[in-house]
Amino acid sequence: MMRYRFDEQLNELNSEMIRMGALCEEVIALAAKALDEGDRALAKRVAPLDTQIDQKERTIETLCLRLLLQQQPVARDLRQISAALKMITDMERIGDQAEDIAEIVLFLDGRPSEHNGLLQQMARAAITMVTNSVDAFVKRDTHLATQVVRSDDTVDQYFSDIKQSLITKISENPADGAYFLDCLMIAKYFERIADHAVNIAQWVIFSVTGVHEEGAT
Amino acid sequence: MPPILSAQQLNLWYGAHQALHNINIDIPEKNITALIGPSGCGKSTFLKTLNRMNDLIDGVKITGSVTYEGADIYDPSTDVNELRRSIGMVFQKPNPFPMSIYDNIAYGPRTHGIKNKAKLDEIVEQSLRGAAIWDEVKDRLKKNALGLSGGQQQRLCIARALAVKPKVLLMDEPTSALDPISTSRIEDLAMQLREQYTIVIVTHNMQQAVRISDNTAFFLLGELVEVGQTEKIFSQPQDKRTEDYITGRFG
Repeated sequence: MMRYRFDEQLNELNSEMIRMGALCEEVIALAAKALDEGDRALAKRVAPLDTQIDQKERTIETLCLRLLLQQQPVARDLRQISAALKMITDMERIGDQAEDIAEIVLFLDGRPSEHNGLLQQMARAAITMVTNSVDAFVKRDTHLATQVVRSDDTVDQYFSDIKQSLITKISENPADGAYFLDCLMIAKYFERIADHAVNIAQWVIFSVTGVHEEGAT
Repeated sequence: MPPILSAQQLNLWYGAHQALHNINIDIPEKNITALIGPSGCGKSTFLKTLNRMNDLIDGVKITGSVTYEGADIYDPSTDVNELRRSIGMVFQKPNPFPMSIYDNIAYGPRTHGIKNKAKLDEIVEQSLRGAAIWDEVKDRLKKNALGLSGGQQQRLCIARALAVKPKVLLMDEPTSALDPISTSRIEDLAMQLREQYTIVIVTHNMQQAVRISDNTAFFLLGELVEVGQTEKIFSQPQDKRTEDYITGRFG
């Protein structure tokens, strides 16, 4: 075996990516649950998770830079490492946006959202996309990654529906406008989370095939 | 633009041992083509077929063709001296002649009949400038070339190759005996020379191939496995053997 140490480092990178992906899934599931249940205690658990995600990003960055420096990777190795470096930026943003959602939940102070049904459906769709993008990375599954890219349309449609319904609500009840805008913000954060999942999926495809398909987002 | 050099169905035997198997490759003009592959894969052998350096080895048999500017270089009518003037060579270990820097450069032009001192002076300066070593040696042209550092000697050898106005430079691991700074100077030089010359370089240093070459050809066990744009070869090789070699899984 010519490259024992290199493969060991790549395996370590892979494990760290899986851990970071798992944290991302956990953080948005938690934010969505806090929103669903109007639960402040749950919402408060989001920020520490986001901090863990940030730390993971630093760890993986360091690992990737060391690999670039020590191994001067080419071909599949280079794609895997450069894709990892790009993917963690999106993963880190997913953590931030989950935290943003949790902050709004805290701000709303348990007020149930009239749009909870649609928002929860949207949240589930976004969580599935994140989970699948991470799975696609772990399994080097371009088929699953392509599926993630395609399902972005569904989430976009949810956002559009929620926005339309909020416009009606605001015109009916202008005094509660600030609250409806908070709901719109939440929907926007989920929509952005789905976009990040799409980016991750596209880097998975690049990592496996060497071709980065633009324009799907 | 037609390729300046082209090998078609090229086979080469050293006695009973076949060292090259059916090589087909076009070398584009004013490009750097890197030949990579593990030791014994045939890349240096192939390089030497391009200016018939293998003629000097006993028991070599060659079939197929190598064309230079459209003409078969193995045709009996080929003037081998003229061929080697057009297609110069730089070796792994710098091999300056044990004479002055000036005479090293003037050696080739003199053998080609140039005696005029002013003309020779001009060629020497041009060649040394072309090899990016003029400023370092202009005040000691009469000193023995063996007093130069390894890196300077290698650039001198490149200057010596340039002195006979070649179109192609074959380089056989030209930096493997050099320190990183000298290596970097040779690489910079190769990039400059590429404007005017076609360069074919054998290298064991994969990063060197990535840094300086336009095209890369991967040889294995006497076969040309894959050839293409360097960036493509090192980012998305098509053949699994190429991928395995460049990523260090064997070799």
